[in-house]
Amino acid sequence: MSATIPWERVRRVGARLTTPLHPDDYLSLVNPLWSQRELRGRVEEVVPETEDAATLVIRPGWGWRFDHRPGQYVGIGVQVDGRFQWRSYSVSSAPRRSGRTIAITVRAMPEGLLSSHLVNGLEPGTIVRLAKPEGDFVLPDPPPRRLLFLVGGSGITPVMAMLRTLDRRHTMPDVVLHYSSPTPERMIFRDELARLEEAHDGLVVHRLHTDTDGILEVGDRERGLDAVCPDWRERETWACGPGPMLDAVAAHYEAEGLEDRLHLERFTLQLGGDGGEGGAIRFRSSGKEVEVDGATTVLEAGEQAGVGMPYGCRMGICHTCTLTLVSGTVRDLRNGEEYAQPNEQVQTCVTAAVGDCVIDI
Amino acid sequence: MAIADVQEYTHLTDDEVEQIGRELDRIRADVEASRGAADAAYINRMIRVQRGLAAAGRVTLMTTCHSRRARVPGAVAGATMLGLAKILENMEIGHNVMHGQWDWMNDPEIHSSNWEWDTAQPAEQWKHSHNYIHHQFTNVLGYDNDIGYGVLRMAREQRWNPANLGQPVYNALLASLFQWGVALHDLDLEKIRKGEKDPKEMKRQLKQIWRKGRNQALKDYVVYPALSGPHWRTTMKANATANLARNLWSYVIIFCGHFPDGAMHFTEEELEDETRAEWYLRQILGAANFEGGPLLHILSGNLGFQIEHHLFPDLPSNRYAEISERVRALCDKYDLPYTIGPLHKQYGQALRTIMKLSLPNRFTSSDSPPQPPDRPAAAEAPPVDKGRKSDAELPPRRSELGGWSRSGTGRAS
Repeated sequence: MSATIPWERVRRVGARLTTPLHPDDYLSLVNPLWSQRELRGRVEEVVPETEDAATLVIRPGWGWRFDHRPGQYVGIGVQVDGRFQWRSYSVSSAPRRSGRTIAITVRAMPEGLLSSHLVNGLEPGTIVRLAKPEGDFVLPDPPPRRLLFLVGGSGITPVMAMLRTLDRRHTMPDVVLHYSSPTPERMIFRDELARLEEAHDGLVVHRLHTDTDGILEVGDRERGLDAVCPDWRERETWACGPGPMLDAVAAHYEAEGLEDRLHLERFTLQLGGDGGEGGAIRFRSSGKEVEVDGATTVLEAGEQAGVGMPYGCRMGICHTCTLTLVSGTVRDLRNGEEYAQPNEQVQTCVTAAVGDCVIDI
Repeated sequence: MAIADVQEYTHLTDDEVEQIGRELDRIRADVEASRGAADAAYINRMIRVQRGLAAAGRVTLMTTCHSRRARVPGAVAGATMLGLAKILENMEIGHNVMHGQWDWMNDPEIHSSNWEWDTAQPAEQWKHSHNYIHHQFTNVLGYDNDIGYGVLRMAREQRWNPANLGQPVYNALLASLFQWGVALHDLDLEKIRKGEKDPKEMKRQLKQIWRKGRNQALKDYVVYPALSGPHWRTTMKANATANLARNLWSYVIIFCGHFPDGAMHFTEEELEDETRAEWYLRQILGAANFEGGPLLHILSGNLGFQIEHHLFPDLPSNRYAEISERVRALCDKYDLPYTIGPLHKQYGQALRTIMKLSLPNRFTSSDSPPQPPDRPAAAEAPPVDKGRKSDAELPPRRSELGGWSRSGTGRAS
């Protein structure tokens, strides 16, 4: 800490010279990573993993802490046709406090404009924007003694971060990984998984090629969890993959009364929390007002009212949409958390009104 | 001469007015759809050049002042670079970013919600007085405070009073202290004088202006001179020169926007039930362009395309040149006036108006362009006071101005 205090002071003094801008606004012209105004990163390497997936090795700039927990995701903003587009991807590299890079692994989705751009169109050297690591699909430290990973397709990425962490710390407990992929060729990290399996007696990998063998019928006595991993009920389970697979897994665990043991990661925004109650949202500076229900986000409400709302990822990752809540209460639709302090900063894309509120825009 | 009804003045049928509106909407849609990587590269390049000039100017001043031989050429070069940087920042970058011209990039670092420009006026107040008041009520007497900025009498309909005799002096002061004049603009001095200003809002605004202005002044007149050591005087003079150059230049450009003879004024009747198409027409009639090469247009923030800027205040400024060709063709088609001339002529006309209107109307003649024979001269409007209505008396904001009329999201640090 002792080193950071004078540095902050230097920056504050520097701001006297650069007002109304920040010193970072000038420094980032020398090196784009020398700025804390927005988290940035430089793409150092694009490593092809399969035909349609690649790992991006990114060197984050100032302000990045390298303290992500294995399993978390980061937001990444890339300028496509002049416009920043945001998505979130799981970090696949193990956290390393002394690290200089992070890695995310991306599969190009057929309809996904950004994912194809990331896999096929991104040149090393490109500067991207980053958002802080988030998510609670994480491996606890110390890890539980017995684990089960249920993975489908690119759902392997957060699990890979966990496995790499266990490998690096030499704390690989009793781990079963069930990995479904359409074909062997599309299996991301298949070589590294084979190496890890070799190196650790505790790690067992089941590979399922769904194009030929069909999907995992979790509840099936012959082909389901009971067959793959008979002691699954005693294992802490992390599942990540396509929505239908996760629904089936969740239903099965619930039926067995084991939902406490299951950790899920979905790639789409789950607005699980209760909605707000709705109300009249007034946009103070543009003088517009709109009456909305509790399921409409503040961002959508503003757009309905014709206010030029800023937005980025629209799923609560990039913080581009953050505005000041002047008064009233909004509820975070992801977790039900409420924000009610006057002049609090709220993410408009994931919050909805609880009663009347006023937003400063 | 002020216009009470643009449609009557332009002799267009309802259908024609709506057709013009649709054609202008199409221009907007075309430009919006074609914004892309080249535009983003343009503004980023502009910002890089501007910050490079600013840094180079500051460093030149701080280093050359120690050498006897380099001091004078260094001061000239440093002041020039710094002045250019300030002009670029205020005109092509700050003004346009705050209009939301670059919001489509989704880049929080180049966004109208948190841009703060290199001048004494706080961005939030500028977005209110300029983006909203001036752009929505352009040239409407009694609404648009930019008709003379509450200091000068710029329309014959504005009531004369003996204080106007001092106009030549006020004008010179306004030009040289332009940034401070602009800083006080949103306070609405007229309202304060009449005691109609809400004291709480006034206090809030004054505090904001004080903080911004103090930082600006400290930077140019204390911190950088102090860093120059024993030759602080040289740096201070160079900084003052750069600020003065920026003040004069922005004053000239801004006075060329609405005060040349062809730009019309309007009475408040025009605002009644004004449609989107009529709003467009008012912008065309109320603004004036000037001619020039690409460099002149960049240094003036593309405000030489004032008509296009007023039609589409939130489209990227680097597109105004191409938009102007289509707007001009449209004006020709419907026989609408399109005021344009060389910069010196446009400013000369504005200056003549300032001088003439320092006297009561009976001593001078109007310079408004002669009316075509089939166009009835609009009625002489009853005299009005300078100034503007309070927000409560104004109709709601128009969507044509872009979403960001006034916002202080608190994210700027």
